[in-house]
Amino acid sequence: MKVLVAVKRVVDYNVKVRAKADGSDVDLNNVKMSINPFCEIAVEEAVRLKEAGVATEVIAVSIGDKACQEQIRTALALGADRGIQVETDGPVEPLVVAKLLKGVVEKEEPQLVILGKQSIDGDNNQTGQMLGALAGMAQGTFASEVKVDGDQVQVTREVDGGLQTVSLKLPAIVTTDLRLNEPRYASLPNIMKAKKKQLDVYSPADLGVEVKQHLTLVKVEPPAERQAGIKVESVDELVDKLKNEAKVI
Amino acid sequence: MGTLVVAEHDNATLNPATLNAVAAAQALGADIDILVAGNGCAAVGEAAAKVPGVGKVLVADNAAYDHALAENTSLLVAELAAGYDNVVAAATTSGKNVMPRVAALLDVAQISDIISVEAADTFKRPIYAGNVIATVQTADAKKVITVRATAFDPVAAEGGSAAVEAVDAVHDAGVSSFVGEELAQSDRPELTAAPVVISGGRGMQNGDNFKLLDGIADKLGAAIGASRAAVDAGFVPNDMQVGQTGKIVAPELYIAVGISGAIQHLAGMKDSKVIVAINKDEDAPIFQVADYGLVADLFEALPELEGKL
Ligand SMILES: Cc1cc2nc3c(=O)[nH]c(=O)nc-3n(C[C@H](O)[C@H](O)[C@H](O)COP(=O)(O)OP(=O)(O)OC[C@H]3O[C@@H](n4cnc5c(N)ncnc54)[C@H](O)[C@@H]3O)c2cc1C
Ligand SMILES: Nc1ncnc2c1ncn2[C@@H]1O[C@H](COP(=O)(O)O)[C@@H](O)[C@H]1O
Repeated sequence: MKVLVAVKRVVDYNVKVRAKADGSDVDLNNVKMSINPFCEIAVEEAVRLKEAGVATEVIAVSIGDKACQEQIRTALALGADRGIQVETDGPVEPLVVAKLLKGVVEKEEPQLVILGKQSIDGDNNQTGQMLGALAGMAQGTFASEVKVDGDQVQVTREVDGGLQTVSLKLPAIVTTDLRLNEPRYASLPNIMKAKKKQLDVYSPADLGVEVKQHLTLVKVEPPAERQAGIKVESVDELVDKLKNEAKVI
Repeated sequence: MGTLVVAEHDNATLNPATLNAVAAAQALGADIDILVAGNGCAAVGEAAAKVPGVGKVLVADNAAYDHALAENTSLLVAELAAGYDNVVAAATTSGKNVMPRVAALLDVAQISDIISVEAADTFKRPIYAGNVIATVQTADAKKVITVRATAFDPVAAEGGSAAVEAVDAVHDAGVSSFVGEELAQSDRPELTAAPVVISGGRGMQNGDNFKLLDGIADKLGAAIGASRAAVDAGFVPNDMQVGQTGKIVAPELYIAVGISGAIQHLAGMKDSKVIVAINKDEDAPIFQVADYGLVADLFEALPELEGKL
């Protein structure tokens, strides 16, 4: 079976992002960009399915401007077989991403689509679920275990109360949580090989999708600053402060 | 028209996060109805009817809605949404699972995890792990919204007497089924609702050492949380993770023990009223957000703290 993996180019998770002085957007000048950590886990899961003989082909898809080809190449270096970029002018919202992914799903007819649960820039946590609704597919979100079994996939999900397991008819959507697997590092030979792998570029029009944004970013601002605290010298002082100053115990 | 709040529950009790979602719905200004979709969930419908300020409670009681399977529940909510301007749910794992499907079925954007309502079409929400707060405006007539519970004080659970109406629509997409669950058993308060939270990190070294937090938690009526590193290392289960990609907490008192203070952890707790950090590294970033920092070895400080409370 074919597995489609959606990878997003985002600011590296180590970067502390700040608002621009005029509050129009965040300042991403000269910051390190990476593959979204949850997408890296998605790629790893797909590659493991291939190594286990369950998947036959892994296709990595990213939506964005040309720069996102870098993240597709990363996915190819991690073991994906070929890549697809859907070219947009800059970032698009989750609903548009979901529509474009649906277009790719219709072309490629994968049995499994694996996405991250959340992009660490927008913190949306929407795209996989939206794709599920648009494509009429079942979804296993926040997955910590994925087992393909015939025409079904069993997904263990990380939910607020603990773990929940659901069984889904294929084709289905999976979104990854952090504990699903630990992604491998790309080896140098694999990085070289990835440069030669096939990478097709589509426009939204090729997929019959009109890019229409519903949301406007009015402004961004830093969160409320916390007042600087103090260091206490001892447990006694800590207990005293909590009782008599903060009055929380 | 008005606002439909999708209740979260386990067929027996109404999850308190629903009361925070109702509070956000009030900020939207329109009339409020609550939807209880489940299987054998009449008691939840009655509980929801007692929430003050609610017009009516819609109860969709059918096996198809058991365990809030997203494929089925989203079809129901999208159908009912025809009669509302806004559809709102708490940003719990269940709300996050169902609501984006609803939004896609309605062909509207979802506004995730709002922390304030600025106007009927304009909201604030944290992005980049809470490093910045975005104000977003939607062009959609119908709004699908999830609510960060800690940002809205819950409405009262009792005092109202809304009408309860049965909804007969049955949507079974037939593509998913519930297999089982392993829910954490604990006598402690729920992490996201507890007035005091004490969390352990990688510095705890192993799961056994988390017992050092028990006595303190008992004395303070606290819930116990953890950093991702502690969860990843297998010290404690995943439902204890606090942070950007775990649970968001904002208790009166948060005590971080052996936690360095990575931005992804801070994203989940920095709105706590009072923060205490116990860490042996005086340069640990957690001290930058702590009201009271204690530079100490946790293996000495915790037993002493327990003794002195
Ligand atoms: C996509 C993504 C999402 C993430 N989401 C989350 C999230 O939701 N929540 C989260 O917590 N993390 C999250 N992380 C991980 C985060 O980046 C950090 O790795 C993690 O928070 C570190 O946990 P820690 O502070 O327990 O461990 P460490 O950073 O290893 O810190 C351990 C601390 O313990 C102290 N210590 C050690 N021994 C003692 C002792 N005897 N006494 C006192 N102090 C001691 C040390 O000084 C140190 O400061 C995420 C990461 C990624 C990439
Ligand atoms: N521009 C994009 N290109 C490829 N995949 C994306 C894009 N945006 C979102 N996704 C996928 O959807 C997941 C969840 O993103 P979000 O809904 O934005 O939190 C990501 O982890 C990706 O797998």
